[in-house]
Amino acid sequence: MTLLAFDWAFIIEKLILIVIIVLTTLLITLYTTFGERKVAAILQDRPGPNRAGPFGLLQPLADGLKLIMKEEIIPDASSRWLFIIGPGLAMTASLMTCAVIPWSTDLHLFGRTIALQVADVNIGILYIFAVVSMGVYGIMIGGWASNNKFSLMSALRAASQAISYEIAMGLALIALLMTTGTLSLKTIVEDQTAGHWWNIVYQPLGFVIFFICAMAECNRTPFDLPEAENELNFGYHQEYSSMKLGFYLFAEYVNMIMSSAIMASMYFGGYDLPFFDESTVAPNIAAMIGLGTLLIKIVLFVFLFMWIRWTIPRFRYDQLMNLGWKKMIPLALFNMLLTGALILSKL
Amino acid sequence: MNVLEIIFYALSAFALVCAIMVLISKNPIHSVLWLILVFFAISGHYILLNAQFLAIVNIIVYAGAIMVLFLFVIMLINVKKDSEPQKQLFVKFTGVIAGGSFLTLFISLVKQAMPLVGKTVPLKEGTIGLIHPLGKALFNDYVVPFEISSVLFLSAMVGAVLIGKK
Repeated sequence: MTLLAFDWAFIIEKLILIVIIVLTTLLITLYTTFGERKVAAILQDRPGPNRAGPFGLLQPLADGLKLIMKEEIIPDASSRWLFIIGPGLAMTASLMTCAVIPWSTDLHLFGRTIALQVADVNIGILYIFAVVSMGVYGIMIGGWASNNKFSLMSALRAASQAISYEIAMGLALIALLMTTGTLSLKTIVEDQTAGHWWNIVYQPLGFVIFFICAMAECNRTPFDLPEAENELNFGYHQEYSSMKLGFYLFAEYVNMIMSSAIMASMYFGGYDLPFFDESTVAPNIAAMIGLGTLLIKIVLFVFLFMWIRWTIPRFRYDQLMNLGWKKMIPLALFNMLLTGALILSKL
Repeated sequence: MNVLEIIFYALSAFALVCAIMVLISKNPIHSVLWLILVFFAISGHYILLNAQFLAIVNIIVYAGAIMVLFLFVIMLINVKKDSEPQKQLFVKFTGVIAGGSFLTLFISLVKQAMPLVGKTVPLKEGTIGLIHPLGKALFNDYVVPFEISSVLFLSAMVGAVLIGKK
């Protein structure tokens, strides 16, 4: 199947993979919102949503339906197009990360070897970094286009917070790259599987820095200053209604899942099931086991995010900035120097 | 016409349209957003040349960092269409002269590139833009200029901190 000197079967295979990954991510996101409410309920010693369906399992569907059915209001004084583009951009940026995440080992179907990764580019980590820095635009454009001073203020907060924590995040990543010697996520995961230690053993401090920065990038408590109700009414999505608001709220959860997947891949062996030799089972079964392992790791990280959110109160804005610039960045630099020194001493 | 050529022309047209929109947009925020799209189109061209590292760094640095700062500044000073003061004739005149000399510069550059006409760029091949050859070149052949430019950045950073402290 070649037309215009192009392998179209390859394109179709990738398209199907993209559709499956995006749909699954959205479905998982739907249930992450449910999980968040249940976790909050458990931590606060109350039953949580339990009316829609058995154990309240249909609650996310009801929530989604409610958001779609609500009246959509576009404020008169807003910049109409940017107001519409904002939530879409936030959602796109958060979904784009999944292109470089290696979900599992190769599948063998219909005589083809199907890699469970949309694109194994040799700059995978830089790609993630670029997408993360794009995520700011959805918030900034939405906040500005609303033509509301609280929205604008919150958007500026979100952007400056994201920029500040990106630096420490990048420095933590550099230390990781120094130990792995590659930017490809697939290679990083493969290096961790074959009888080696996971990267967390080599980079414990780097992981802690990365985790804190990921929390700040996702605008999760204790870093959810852009949504501080008591100071800013509601946040950058104050003027939004219906599914546009839903997109903003959803994007936060997608971000959370994606950063969990990245942390699992970079520091915790990705799809590697510990103490289990994948070569003893058929390749397709091994791929399924790998996928399941990665999903379990993601769920654990997402739970950690929620646990922190419902336990720790929000920072003050100056505390947030002090932590970012005066603690995280020097710590990340120190981690980088330490890693460099250790690598040098090993040579 | 193969796929690469189609992509090349589509990207070029996209880049040109976005660049023109940067100039004719009345609202400075819209200009900044169009400029971001221009950077994306340029990154697309880098990818066509198999220079993945350059492409992604272009997005991280320009679209991801510098343009965010531009947006910041414009949002904070809140430029409005009607409250913007009319420029003096003198300022407009200098603008025309500066722009004109820049145009001549560009035309002479294009003329110098005449020997390249008819030669094709190695699309989708070549490894110079990949991260390993680039890193080797930067840290072996060009290590002194590289380090000097990093000192330049450091001094800019120190200067910014100093101004911020005042």
